[in-house]
Order: sequence, then C-alpha cells, then structure tokens
Amino acid sequence: MMRALLVIGLVLAFGVLKLPAERSISMQRRQLHFGGVELNLDLRGQIGQLGFVAALSGFRSIVADVLFIQAHVAWERTEWGRVLLLFRQVTTLQPRAILFWEMAAWHMAWNASVAAMNNRTQPRLALRIKAQREYFALGKDFLERGIKNNPERPQLYESLARLYKDKYQDHARASEFFAKAAAIPGAPGYDKRFSAYELSYCEGRERGAYQRLRQLYDAGENERLPTLIMRLKFLENKLDIAQDQRIPDPAP
Amino acid sequence: MENHHRAFSFARVLAITANTLTELTRQKVFYVLLIFALLLIGSSIFMARLTFQQEFQILKDVSLGAMSIFTSLLAIVATARLIPQDIDDRTVYTILAKPVPRFEYVFGKLAAVLLLLAISTLVMSAMFLVVLHTREQTVLHETLRQMGAAPREQVNDALRAVRSAALSIDIFPGITIIYLKACLLAALTLFVSTFATTNIFTIVVMVFIYFIGHLQATAREYWLQEHGVGWMARLFLVLVALIFPDLQTFDLVDDIVAGAAIPLELFAKTAVLGISYTTFYALLAAFVFYGKEL
Repeated sequence: MMRALLVIGLVLAFGVLKLPAERSISMQRRQLHFGGVELNLDLRGQIGQLGFVAALSGFRSIVADVLFIQAHVAWERTEWGRVLLLFRQVTTLQPRAILFWEMAAWHMAWNASVAAMNNRTQPRLALRIKAQREYFALGKDFLERGIKNNPERPQLYESLARLYKDKYQDHARASEFFAKAAAIPGAPGYDKRFSAYELSYCEGRERGAYQRLRQLYDAGENERLPTLIMRLKFLENKLDIAQDQRIPDPAP
Repeated sequence: MENHHRAFSFARVLAITANTLTELTRQKVFYVLLIFALLLIGSSIFMARLTFQQEFQILKDVSLGAMSIFTSLLAIVATARLIPQDIDDRTVYTILAKPVPRFEYVFGKLAAVLLLLAISTLVMSAMFLVVLHTREQTVLHETLRQMGAAPREQVNDALRAVRSAALSIDIFPGITIIYLKACLLAALTLFVSTFATTNIFTIVVMVFIYFIGHLQATAREYWLQEHGVGWMARLFLVLVALIFPDLQTFDLVDDIVAGAAIPLELFAKTAVLGISYTTFYALLAAFVFYGKEL
C-alpha cells in the first residue's frame, strides 16, 4: 500500500516537473504555427467520428491525405460542391501544407469557374457569370487563408498574384503579391521580374514599371529575357524615352 | 577463489537484453516491416496518377504516419507481454534466483525493446528513403528531359522545386522524435505491466493512455480557454495533465511533411522530454517490480 502511494506521489511530482517543459514546447509550436488545427464540431460532423479521433490521435496528415484523394476523385467526376467541401476539410487538417491550399484554389478559380461558365443547364449568361465569379472568390479565399497560416512562404503569394492576373485581370494587385513573394527569403528569382511585368500593364504606373524593368535589365544578361525586353520596348515607346537611353534592339 | 559480486553488471544487463531480443525476433515482430514495404509499394501505384508534389507529399505522409503507427504498436505489444510471459513460463524465477538484481532484469528487458524499436525504425527509414530517392531521381530526369530547351534559370528553378518537394533534412529529426515517442510508450507499458495481471490488461490500459495522451492537450485548451469551467472540471484536467504524457508534443511529422522547418531548440526540448519520460517510467517500473511478490 505504501509503495502504491509512493508511486502515485512520484507520478504527480514528475507531472509537476514536466508541465512547464510541455507548456514551453506547446507555446513554441504555436508560435511556429505547428498543429494549428481548429478541431471543432463542424469538422467532426464532416469527417466522421473515426476520422476525427484519428486526426486527434496523431494521424492528422494521413486523414488529410485520404480526404485529398477523395477530393481528387470528386474532381475527376466534376462534383464541384464535394471538391469544395473536401478541400475545406483537408486545409483545416493540414493548414501548413502549401500544396493543399494551392490545389484547392486552383480547382475553384480555374476548373470549377470554367465549368460554371460552360454549364449548359444554365441558359442565363448573367447567372453563369455570377457562378464563375463566386468560384473565383472561393479560390481567392483559400489562398488568403493559406497565406494567413503560412506567412513566411512565397508560393501562396505567387498563386494569389496569378489569380489576380489571370482571373480578375487586376495587374496592380498581381504586381503587389508577386512583390510580396519576392521579398520573402528563398523566393524564386522570377517573382521580382513578374512583379515588374504586371506593373507595366497598369495605366498610370508606367514610369515606376519602366524603372524597375530597366534596373533588372541592367542587372545582367541573365535578366534579359524576351518578355522583359518586349515590355521594356513597349514602355520606352509609351513614355517616349530618349533614343540614347533606350536599350538596343534584340538581334533578329 | 574469491566470489566477487557486483551491485551492477553491464554484462548481466546485456545478457538479458540479448536473450529478450532473440525471443522477440522469434515472434516474427519484423513482419511489420513487410507490411510497411507493401504499404509503400501500394501507395506508389496509386500515386502514378498525381503530380510530383502531390506524390511526394502523400508518400511522406503515408510512410511517416505508418512508421509512427507501427513503432507505437510494436512498443506497446512487444513490451506488454515481457514480464507476464516470463512469470507464466517461470523464466523470471530462474533468472532472479541467480544473483541478478531486479532492476537489471527490468532494464535488460526494456533495452531489448528499445533496440528492437531502433532496428525497426532504421529499416523502415531506409526503405522510405530509398523509395523517395528513387522517385526523386526519376522526376528530376523527366524534368530535365522536358525542359531541355528552356533557359538555365528556369530549369534550375524547376529542379529546385522537385528537390524541395522530395527529401528535406527535417525528416530526420522527425523520425528521431517518432522513435523517442515509441521509447516513451515502451517504458510506460513496462511500468503498467509490472502491476498488471495479464498482458491484455496492459494493452487495453495503454490504448486508453495513448488516446488520452493525444487528446488531453486539445481538450484542456478547448475547455480552459473557450469555456468557463468550474473548479471540479479544472481539477480533473490538471490531474490528467499531471498523470498522462502529452503525446501531441511528439507529433512533429505532420508539420515537417507540410514543409515546415524544425528549429533545433524545439527538437532538443522535445527529445529531452522524451528521454526524461522514458527514464522516469523505467525507474518507476524497476521500483514497482522490486516490491512485486513473485
């Protein structure tokens, strides 16, 4: 009996000693956005009891993968509502996986929006356009939430920039998000260039775009790509840049 | 001739460890590795339909998740039967009738399970890394072939994207933490088995502990932060937090697979916590076993 009481006492004493360490690790994990999963009753209802328990028991990423595969199958069957629902669950379970946010946004803004526009069962163009815009917004929402969860990684800023460029034709916002991606350490070299390209399409901001493109051009041969030269030539003409300050014409 | 008996003998612990490891190996526990290999092959067949980022993500998730499940299961099932089996077979009486202190017996048994877990983890890691490396090389060759005419910078960016999606150095601390979690579970199982009467009881208790250990942090946070709870509930949650290990602390692989880098400080803290738990439960098991009537 004495030994049992002593064991209980030792377990509690060790518990008191280990709690600050666990708390410190837990706080550091939160700062790093680790395990930042909102496990609530809505998710419990969506993924079922077994999936919910599995997600809580250290198998969160495997449950997310299973749901991702289901979403992939739903996409092949063009069941857009189901794709949306499943990707919401996947991104809730694995908010740090860039791939899932990108895929979710791509399915909504690129695939589902095109399907909505080509929907033969809806004869009214206005309603088809409305549905298309709603899918754009869903894609944008996925990317914005993805950025909130992964502010230190450039990929989702790039994806959001592409969405503004391709779907909203909003070159100013596209340029802004490419620039944000470029500012992140480890971002690909093309982000800076793409930001300047997009700015060159913005009415009234040609001077700034010209300076940025020219800076890139002067940086060296590696930056002198065909699109950069083409946009620079376009701006030189539009801004009426003096002949002696213009870049040479590319060799035919 | 003087008969010199030492209070602690590393050779005696080693002998118990070697015998226990041989015994465990004879029980075909390594079949788990075969299942792991089949899982890798099976998932690779499905993943032929996916892009390389999706493929690598799922391969890593499935492999590291399976590694976590198998090592945890192995730790619980292999340890739960060690002491009850020795008592049933009366082997324990033969060993303890010799001048072998009980703590040496307990530590020898635990060391065998930890060694078994280390071998399993190493083999599973090797299989996983071989599959990942092979797929990475295939994708790199395909990328080079497809982008042969593209500018060098674009090719380099594409190759960098493939490499960053495949093997990350952070996978290794993740695997180490999986192993330490399994060690913790093995030591805790050994402790439970010192006062349990059957190995079924030990396994059932350990399954409960496994779930409570994973759920306690979420439950505590949910109740304490979002809902005003009475002192009774608070006391209950505090007791749960004191008694059970917070196993969510050891779930780093979910974030590693998602591409997050693990700071050295976080890894070191988690590793020290895992080693502390294992040591504490091993000492506790030895303490309880000392008082056990055999």
